Amino acid sequence: MSGAGTPPAPGIRRQTETTQPAIRVEGIRKSFGSGDTRVEVLRGISADIDAGKLTYLVGESGSGKTTLISIIAGILFPDEGRVSLFGTDIYDLAGNDLVRYRLKNIGFIFQQYNLLPTLTAAQNAAVPLIAAGMKRAEAVERGAAVLERLGLGQQVNRLPRQLSGGQQQRVAIARALVHEPRLVVCDEPTAALDAASGRRVMELLKDVALGADRAVLIVTHDNRIFSLADRIIGMEDGRITHDGATAPDDAHSHEAQP
Amino acid sequence: MPWIALRMLTGDRVKYFGLIFGIAFSTLLIGQQATLFVNLMLRAASPVYAVSEADIWVMDPKAQSADATLPLPSNDLARVRGVSGVEWAVPHLREGGSVRTSEGRLERVSVVGVDDSTLIGLPRVLEAGVRRDLFRNDAIMIDTVGFDRLFPDTTATGQELELNDRRALVVGRVDTNPQFTSGVIFFTRYSNALAFVPGTRNRMTFVLVKAQDGLDPRAVARAIERQTGLKARERRDFAWDNISYIARSTGIPFNFGTTVLLGIIVGVAIVGLTFSLFIRDNIKQFGALKAIGVTNGGILKMVLTQSLWIAAVGYALGSALTALFIWGTSGGAQFKGFFLPGEIMVGVAVLVFVMVILTGLFAVRGVLKLEPAEVFR
Repeated sequence: MSGAGTPPAPGIRRQTETTQPAIRVEGIRKSFGSGDTRVEVLRGISADIDAGKLTYLVGESGSGKTTLISIIAGILFPDEGRVSLFGTDIYDLAGNDLVRYRLKNIGFIFQQYNLLPTLTAAQNAAVPLIAAGMKRAEAVERGAAVLERLGLGQQVNRLPRQLSGGQQQRVAIARALVHEPRLVVCDEPTAALDAASGRRVMELLKDVALGADRAVLIVTHDNRIFSLADRIIGMEDGRITHDGATAPDDAHSHEAQP
Repeated sequence: MPWIALRMLTGDRVKYFGLIFGIAFSTLLIGQQATLFVNLMLRAASPVYAVSEADIWVMDPKAQSADATLPLPSNDLARVRGVSGVEWAVPHLREGGSVRTSEGRLERVSVVGVDDSTLIGLPRVLEAGVRRDLFRNDAIMIDTVGFDRLFPDTTATGQELELNDRRALVVGRVDTNPQFTSGVIFFTRYSNALAFVPGTRNRMTFVLVKAQDGLDPRAVARAIERQTGLKARERRDFAWDNISYIARSTGIPFNFGTTVLLGIIVGVAIVGLTFSLFIRDNIKQFGALKAIGVTNGGILKMVLTQSLWIAAVGYALGSALTALFIWGTSGGAQFKGFFLPGEIMVGVAVLVFVMVILTGLFAVRGVLKLEPAEVFR
């Protein structure tokens, strides 16, 4: 993995396998603003990420990791570069085709969960299936089944406000997994959880979301869960500066916010 | 997704009931005011609709309404009768008068003189008395609203009144809608009316005409105009003339129009603000839905579903309240005969639905522009 057009940084591994990676990003550049206020957030990122591995994206605030994950997830257009998910160049897809691609292939887990407060846990989990056109009863039943797998079988009919933070996060995970996406992207999934709950959530995610043809990409600051990663990519100032099985040395100083 | 949209909407009880209340209140305000306006305007046509037998009203060429006309000489009656296509023609008088009640109170009244022999011009339904009682000396019949005003403590007839210094004997109560210009209407025979109402030699206000069977009353009216030089109006046309005259010569349309406009503004303000607040409060959820894979079209459908639901429930409640108001007040003298025209409620429905859908579309603009990536920031 490396910044495009530049030699690999020390310790950075470039994927050389001939098999197709789950995620391939090539020469991604992205800037915000214009004129004097223009800020280049990503400066030519290239990377391959394999399926079956729990990959973390770490770095300081403003390093570009959230922008990168947004581009990889197909919700933010890059200024330059290509993103290929499981062989599909997603930014070649037109308008709603990209939206439909996300609906089918990508699961999202947000830092603030973003559950619908008036839907029960099972109904929240079923949202991607309902959005895809599945009948409500069947979708909710499948949502409840995923919640059962995640240990929330007793809470399927509860509203988000009746659940703890960890339980809400598990509902969000159920929502991300219910349609069996090939890629799950998570934004600070443990930021609002205590250490034990955060670790349990990550173990759960690793257990249920990974597979031979499925990938999980997580943006996190939380060094309490670094040991669970298969691969950690470090970013700084819009470039990849670290890629390895362990965190960059300075990353351990960043604690998740309670 | 419509189901999710409705759950999002109904789950936020405060805003949901706020939206329903806003629409219901707006519907009530618009519907009630429009109904009062229409019914008041119809009262201007009441003198015409009360005479169901006549197809055509003939009057002075300068006449504008039933109460803004000049009297005709009596020989005009014969001229009208001589026009081809006229089945019959009878004199009709409408004049003002003053009545002194038994308590000595003075009231302004309308005196309506109906045909001496056929009583054409007298409304069909009597609440007390029989039609032939009007052939008695000095006999008058009073409309029910006017009767209640003059004799609030009784429904019995037989009272004597002083009408323009002449004795008048009350022999019946007539069920007719009040007129726009007067609360009390006296019906009497034409010859009696001439005696009751002093004036010049020309005191026939209208000639009421029936067109021969099979002839178009409007064509007969045109023939009367051609041959007599008088103004002749088909019954419905003359009713509209009366409504139009009142609308032109009073500030009523403006006053009611202002209130209806206020109803629309209140509705738009409450619904627009509450809807915008609702969307803003759910912006993260909408953003998450967009990220997950709901298209802008899907979001639009969700908001339209919410808009239609609010409009339907709010309108149903508001129109029920309007109907309740009209039903509850139509028995009283002030609102006697008032009804809820279906056309008004259809119009209000269209107005409310357009209003809610437009405010919904206005409120959703922010979501449609929202980058799904915002949910990661």
